[in-house]
Amino acid sequence: MNLTLKIWRQQDANTKGKMVDYPISGVDEDMSFLEMLDVLNEDLISKGEEPVEFDHDCREGICGACSLQINGEPHGPDRGVTTCQLHMRMFNDGDTITIEPFRAKAFPVIKDLIVDRSSFDRIQQAGGFISVNTSGNTIDANAIPVNKHDADDSFAAATCIGCGACVAACKNASAMLFTSAKVSQFALLPQGRVEATDRVLNMVRQMDEEGFGNCSNTGACEIECPKGISLENIARMNREYIAASVKK
Amino acid sequence: MSGMLNSTIARKVAMSLSALFLLIFLLQHFIINFTSVISENTFNELSHFMGTNVLVQFLMQPILIFAVVFHFVMGFILEIKNKQARDISYASYKGSANSSWVSRNMIYSGLVILAFLVLHFIDFWFPEINHKYIEFAPEDPTRYYHELVEKFHNPIRVGAYVIAFVLLALHLLHGFQSAFQSIGVSNKFNATLKSIGKFYAIFIPLGFIFIALFHFFNH
Repeated sequence: MNLTLKIWRQQDANTKGKMVDYPISGVDEDMSFLEMLDVLNEDLISKGEEPVEFDHDCREGICGACSLQINGEPHGPDRGVTTCQLHMRMFNDGDTITIEPFRAKAFPVIKDLIVDRSSFDRIQQAGGFISVNTSGNTIDANAIPVNKHDADDSFAAATCIGCGACVAACKNASAMLFTSAKVSQFALLPQGRVEATDRVLNMVRQMDEEGFGNCSNTGACEIECPKGISLENIARMNREYIAASVKK
Repeated sequence: MSGMLNSTIARKVAMSLSALFLLIFLLQHFIINFTSVISENTFNELSHFMGTNVLVQFLMQPILIFAVVFHFVMGFILEIKNKQARDISYASYKGSANSSWVSRNMIYSGLVILAFLVLHFIDFWFPEINHKYIEFAPEDPTRYYHELVEKFHNPIRVGAYVIAFVLLALHLLHGFQSAFQSIGVSNKFNATLKSIGKFYAIFIPLGFIFIALFHFFNH
């Protein structure tokens, strides 16, 4: 396939960026999107040009490192996949592909297509954990009976890889799906109930401080989420938040 | 309660509570208006009751006005804050791939409804307040039907009415279930709520359009 890539290039966080066109040829439909970018970078390096910076790590869809807004959608046009799992067979010969960084005030661009997603880390640190005694007499988690339905829902919420596609897809750059998944995975389990009140208040406070937008319930986040995190988590977090606010 | 006062979720909860109040108001408004199609006397009696009852006039009416103003003001505040959350726009943003047009454009359907409300207030509310509380005109319990019918003589007004209620239908198609999602009512009732929401969003605005067209063509 021969393609034209329109890629956001930005030297650093303080420099203004712009879209730059790169023609690329010989792209195999079995390549992953990141492999296609590797080919582009090899070509740029061989020509003495600076390669395009982009995030990647596991390249098997579980680490949440890869990002990219591809043709107006986070992780591209395929569903239930991260960019590393997106294959070039989703595109046609002659296509022009627009590649941008995830856009949100809370995700500032570091360079080219790499954004700083540490705001997610700070939300997680604000309450996305349970306090457990690890001094040698830790109680086995399996010793506490858990309703199967709740365990399944908790596990489904815990599959969020924190990639930020929800923020990127949302017209308001809202982080409600991410935060609600992290709140839900604990709120559904007896171990998580102990600190549930503080957890939801602190995580939502941190989410707001980071500058994410409000949730308009458009559902774009759920559609674009590579892990299929459900909007039900947002409803659950809203319930948790209302109850916690009344209690406090 | 401190956490409820200034957060994204608190704003959305407040937005949805005002929306739910307005949904109930709209339903009762529709029921009363619809009686004008069936019986002139019933419409006059109900309108007279609503226009003279102390509780309706001095408790429900101020709450309604507060809810309307709050819903619009909060809508604008949310829109501004949402724009601020993405300071650099995408060169390519394919919203249609993952969300409905109505859900992404609530502010625009809301603005059309706001413009209609201005017309509605000029047509009905301001004359009513003037009649009752400024001029202290003698009350005629049979005047309401004629006032309603007279307004629907003008085809431009009827056209504006139709356009506004089409936009209201679009607003409600997303707004109804969104209001419930924002207050956390979703898990068990999602499918039922969606169906009720769709029915309400289409039936009520269509009903208002029917009333306007009925009087336009019959008088």
